[in-house]
Amino acid sequence: MRKKWTLLTSMMALVFVLAGCEPLLVLDPKGPQAERQANDIMLSIGIMSVIVIVVMVILAYILFKYRASKQPDDYEPPHIHGNKWVEIVCVGVPILIVAYLSFVSVKSNYIVESTPEGYENQEPLVIYASSSDWKWHFSYPEEGIETVNYLYIPTDRPIEFKLYSYGPITSFWIPQLGGQKYAMSDMVTTLHLAADEAGEYMGRNANFSGKGFAENTFNVTAMSQADYDEWVDEVHDTAKPLTEDEFETLLEPGHLGQMTFTGTHLEFSPAPEHAHNEVSDEDSDESHEHSNHENHTEEETDHSGH
Amino acid sequence: MEFLEFFERFAIPHPSPAIYASMVAIALTSIGIVAGLTYFKKWGYLWREWLTTVDHKKIGIMYLVSALLMLFRGGADAIMMRAQLATPDAKLLDAQHYNEIFTTHGVVMIIFMAMPFIFAFMNLIVPLQIGARDVAFPRLNALSFWLFFAGAMLFNISFVVGGSPDAGWTSYFPLAGNDFSESVGTNYYMLAIQISGIGSLMTGINMCTTILKMRAPGMTLMKMPMFTWSAFIANVIIVFAFPVLTVALIMGTTDRLFATNFFTTESGGMDMLWANFFWIWGHPEVYILILPAFGLYSEIISTFSRRNLYGYSSMVWSMILISLLSFLVWTHHFFTMGQGALTNSIFSITTMAIAVPTGVKIFNWLFTMWKGKIRFTVPMLYSIGFIPLFTIGGVTGVMLAMSAADYQYHNTMFLVAHFHNTIIPGVVFAMLAGLTYYWPKFFGFMLNEKIGKVTFWLLTVGFVLAFFPMYLTGLDGQARRMYTYSEATGFGPLNMLSFIGAALMAIGFVTIVYNVYYSFKNSSRDIGSDPWDARSLEWATHTPVPEYNFARTPQISSSETFWDSKKNGHVLFKGEIEEIHMPNNSGVPFIMGIIFFIAGFSFIFALWVPAVIGLIGIFVCMAMRSFEKDHGRHISVKEIKETEEKLGGAK
Repeated sequence: MRKKWTLLTSMMALVFVLAGCEPLLVLDPKGPQAERQANDIMLSIGIMSVIVIVVMVILAYILFKYRASKQPDDYEPPHIHGNKWVEIVCVGVPILIVAYLSFVSVKSNYIVESTPEGYENQEPLVIYASSSDWKWHFSYPEEGIETVNYLYIPTDRPIEFKLYSYGPITSFWIPQLGGQKYAMSDMVTTLHLAADEAGEYMGRNANFSGKGFAENTFNVTAMSQADYDEWVDEVHDTAKPLTEDEFETLLEPGHLGQMTFTGTHLEFSPAPEHAHNEVSDEDSDESHEHSNHENHTEEETDHSGH
Repeated sequence: MEFLEFFERFAIPHPSPAIYASMVAIALTSIGIVAGLTYFKKWGYLWREWLTTVDHKKIGIMYLVSALLMLFRGGADAIMMRAQLATPDAKLLDAQHYNEIFTTHGVVMIIFMAMPFIFAFMNLIVPLQIGARDVAFPRLNALSFWLFFAGAMLFNISFVVGGSPDAGWTSYFPLAGNDFSESVGTNYYMLAIQISGIGSLMTGINMCTTILKMRAPGMTLMKMPMFTWSAFIANVIIVFAFPVLTVALIMGTTDRLFATNFFTTESGGMDMLWANFFWIWGHPEVYILILPAFGLYSEIISTFSRRNLYGYSSMVWSMILISLLSFLVWTHHFFTMGQGALTNSIFSITTMAIAVPTGVKIFNWLFTMWKGKIRFTVPMLYSIGFIPLFTIGGVTGVMLAMSAADYQYHNTMFLVAHFHNTIIPGVVFAMLAGLTYYWPKFFGFMLNEKIGKVTFWLLTVGFVLAFFPMYLTGLDGQARRMYTYSEATGFGPLNMLSFIGAALMAIGFVTIVYNVYYSFKNSSRDIGSDPWDARSLEWATHTPVPEYNFARTPQISSSETFWDSKKNGHVLFKGEIEEIHMPNNSGVPFIMGIIFFIAGFSFIFALWVPAVIGLIGIFVCMAMRSFEKDHGRHISVKEIKETEEKLGGAK
């Protein structure tokens, strides 16, 4: 049996060496939300490792001590029903661990579902991120810009992503900035992120959505507010406006490179906010669109209620 | 021309040489089987002894054989996936084929491999453990099997007739709707799982009734062997969970065939509803699989530690608690759907709570070995390997339960690593342990221990190599269900390691087949009825088990009645042998299986005339059963005495 454990540990070591060349994306956070999640992950790995080691040590000890080959032939094991104190420990300790982790988990839930810590006083940048088979469309309503398959964001500013889909359920994920959230075609979900450091990050759809799913990725570039403003101006100078016809062709299934437009598709194809309890009326849709930028924080938790 | 158009629908939308080769192989195998049965004049034997049987032991063996076949089907899918992902930008499979393969891998392994495997053990063991002659409703039991079998065959022909489903085993809408899944593949998913699911529900009712009503005198609930307890709880979960699946599948079917809009994203449909229904069934389903596995481990660890099971009542209560909690955790499968911090917090806590009763079970198994006399047989090796490996699977489950962190784990290889880390050491190891442990009881010879140990090590080392690297690639951003990745991602080396592990596991599974062949040729047939020196009632009868199980009804003293009779002078069998009442065989369940298959196939291809005729046929069979007078048959005392004598003395 000891052979088995040496084998297992050496294999684990090998795995870590192979992976150890670079830090794992999720454990190399570049923003407050991802950092909170990475901390939770490391904390739980620590506690869980202790549990696994304790179980393994008890198992190894018992197997070594009570194996038949070590005992006299006439040894007859006793009949043992159970022991109150042993059972209290076996239930009590896991309850304490779970209670502690639950406490951490609940706290983290409220943190990742609100404006990132340290950024509460800033006006968030709202970006609508919508997926279509197998692309991402990013609309910047305040700047009047739309991009395809790439995202420019300012650092040190909270970003509020409004997610929805023109097709199957997808999941918007930038591992180094924070965990993912679903984009669905009949409602809008909100994801709060922020980048602490300038840099290029990988973003992708994490939820299987058909044939082109593997390549359903986008690039994220985080830069200083000044660089970001410069980029916005440059787009307004150089990019052509997004028309409804053009947008329809962009929605066709397939892959596209990176594209840039002025104006957003929200003007003619608004996000499905409150799609489930709203009378479809053009005017109310529009007014909704405008009021939305001010009221976004109230809506973030009520998506399942429709 | 019309004739050709009719047949066009059965063509494969996305063919490949491998699929054409499979078609030829399937055709040749079918011809071979028919020719063999005819040549050896075995049709009558097949019909009398197997197709029409209502004997729980034979039905159990048929489940077992089907499960092993499906294990290889699902395993072939798995090895193709790992081969495709072994290197960056590989061209072995294209996206469409990869999507079909991971979809069928999931469905086959859960619905058509793991489920029949646990049903095999429930059928084989439960009546023997409670001292019953058969299950409560033997003919319903046969129908359950044939519905499972019809569903399994229907699902398995999908890749050669009309195309396989490709929306994932979770089949989320709207991806699974007609707009995004145009082939009949997802119809196969809906109908095949439906048919076998109805069978599962019947088994649930049947087993609950059997366990509640047919225990031998003296066996109170708290004197039931642990496997029977686990089977009982699992079947209670089946009775509550499977109707949800049935309804969800009907809604999905009508969405696809009759343009209802339950799960579409327009006309008031709601795609998230499917995800909720699916997991309200799907989460309890994983406990349906794991609890009987826990039951098998309890029997095996107790036998090979030569000790009673430690903390019997806490084992029972922890299973009851798990069964309740299993219905309260389903949204943890989509923490990222945007239901907000409060909902996520509630489900995060309920999910973590399951760790407590599961932990109790782990400690009870450890303490069962404490002060024991541990023999390292093959079933025991699987059980010992299970404890640390399943603990790792369990604690990673607790990690996933932390909903904020789950935003990072969700949809990644970390999740894939986690659930394989629970299902393989948890369920698959248990099935192989149970297979080795109970093999002599039903086949009259032991499987070779040396080959068995080689299998165990191949599977264990292969498992660790195949799945532990996925924890790392997941944290490095490798999403699940990606058919390829670029070299720049750096996922290459770890995925290659996974492939090597998967290949070792494949070799391990092949050694099981070799072991059966080798042992059949070489093993001794003179093994008595209790080759492992076991403790519970199933070992008290003869090997092979006579059709009536026990000539005289056993008297129960404890959960280890047989051990008591061996060591403490408990008298198991009292009184005279009396005439035994047994159920008659029936061909109706098999015929109903065929009708379900035809009706299901017709619905899949929207062939309404045979579909309606098939539905009528089902109701005709049911009506006929209602009017049929069948009082079973009696085995005379003389006949029983002769059988007992032949099997080595009356019991």
